Amino acid sequence: MELLIAVTLLVLAVFLGVELITKVPPTLHTPLMSGSNAISGITIVGALLAAGADHSTFTAVLGFVAVTMAMINVVGGFLVTHRMLHMFGPKRRRAPADQADTDGDGS
Amino acid sequence: MTNDWAALGYLVAAILFILGLKRLSRPRTAVRGNQYGAAGMLVAVLVTLTDNSIIGFGWIIGGVILGAAVGVLLAVRVQMTAMPELVALFNGFGGGASVLVAAASYTQAVDLFGDTARLSSSAALASLIGAVTFTGSLVAFAKLREALRWSGFKGITVLSGLGAVAAVVLGVLMVVDAQNALWLWLLVGVGAVLGLLVVVPIGGADMPVVIALLNSLSGMAAVAAGFVLDNSLLIIAGSLVGASGLILTQIMCVAMNRTLLAVMFSPAPTGAGGDDVDDIYAGKVRSTSADDVAMLLESSERVAIVPGYGLAVAQAQHAVRDLMRRLQDRGVEVVFGIHPVAGRMPGHMNVLLAEAEVSYERLVEMDDINPTFEQTDVTIVIGANDVVNPVARTDPSSPIAGMPILDVDKSDVVVVIKRSLSPGFAKIANPLFAADNALMLFGDGREAVVEITKSLQSL
Repeated sequence: MELLIAVTLLVLAVFLGVELITKVPPTLHTPLMSGSNAISGITIVGALLAAGADHSTFTAVLGFVAVTMAMINVVGGFLVTHRMLHMFGPKRRRAPADQADTDGDGS
Repeated sequence: MTNDWAALGYLVAAILFILGLKRLSRPRTAVRGNQYGAAGMLVAVLVTLTDNSIIGFGWIIGGVILGAAVGVLLAVRVQMTAMPELVALFNGFGGGASVLVAAASYTQAVDLFGDTARLSSSAALASLIGAVTFTGSLVAFAKLREALRWSGFKGITVLSGLGAVAAVVLGVLMVVDAQNALWLWLLVGVGAVLGLLVVVPIGGADMPVVIALLNSLSGMAAVAAGFVLDNSLLIIAGSLVGASGLILTQIMCVAMNRTLLAVMFSPAPTGAGGDDVDDIYAGKVRSTSADDVAMLLESSERVAIVPGYGLAVAQAQHAVRDLMRRLQDRGVEVVFGIHPVAGRMPGHMNVLLAEAEVSYERLVEMDDINPTFEQTDVTIVIGANDVVNPVARTDPSSPIAGMPILDVDKSDVVVVIKRSLSPGFAKIANPLFAADNALMLFGDGREAVVEITKSLQSL
């Protein structure tokens, strides 16, 4: 890939990220952080290439450790985000409690 | 040809990440958003496994199984109150992986094709940022677990500065004196020490900023690794994470009225403590009992609850939920006022209360709840201190001057549940505790709330 194209991708993706995230409500800050954290485990792609390349034992071991670390980040990150978001889910809201609602905030 | 297919597969993964982040920003679609992200990751891994350069699968299978097992174990067993340290830990692993990826592919590429300035400069960035993220996150993890209480020594920032200079020098050497892997490993070492030096002095209430920043750095490390590997997906996904982390960092800094540089390089603002504390509190602090608070609440129409880090420490979220339901059954309106930096990571309080099945519609942001305190009969402050300190509004010389706070003192009565009159993170006295409309309920947060709920029952 040409350097200029790579830099273009980088800049456009940063703008996209800013646009996507700016409107996130504070309630979701923690899940957003752990979810995006899991996405940063994308470095697993490089880890797999390094571990499987059979270049030298040294690079293979580096790759192995990298795959392990990245997998912890990816699997743990998505799973724990799922656990958290599940608690925010609408179906777990206890209806009777919210019927006493007097502020008319839509619930 | 296979390369084209792989590129298309990576494009699909990138689209899934983008849609996932978009859906993560709304409560109703967030679960789906996270699943999109996971699906994108699966696509990326499967596409990568078809790559021609992968010959042996032994190391891969071993790493995948080991990593997945550890990840599942950590994610399933964590308590919601420990979420900040787990996110810090995962973050560190991501940064560490980027370092090793950069080191391995740099070594391979130098052996096979020789070095180029582009290759070595991106490898330098990846190993530096990744190493800072790795050790920085581990220190943050240890501090959040309270396993590490050390906050450095005088002049630690000078040492950090020297470390940064050393990193730049090593980076330049790596580009100039190519073929020499020594520079890379030295750079990793300097980065690791740098992460340590920068995060060690930061603590307590500044943690949300650090966690958000480290989150951003782990994305940037992936970007740099993407430049080493010449891989578009790493660049795109890493940039998305880097940008989102930076925005959260910015939001946290605004909520504390401090700049990022101030958080990182100047010691936490601390008050004089000692002498003036007695003047402020002397004879003016009124303490109360659970029974009295229950009677107050019983005759209220609107009650606001303001939680802080103490809620997490006392594990009081379920007790607070029970109190809320009891009050709602009696026709009292209950809302929660959430300060953006309450707790140890962005959104910490929201997660805890969501765990206790408090509907997110009850959690009101600072700007929305502040105008309503004047119409609030009773505000209960649980384990929060600096974020409700009126000094931020009144005293321009205070270390927290100008920090946006929750105006709890404007409600008719403020009940502060706290173990003692000890100061918060900013180490300054809180005149709220001595205010005419304030009552102190001394004790453990959870026990106090349980007591109030019990008293309400018997009324």
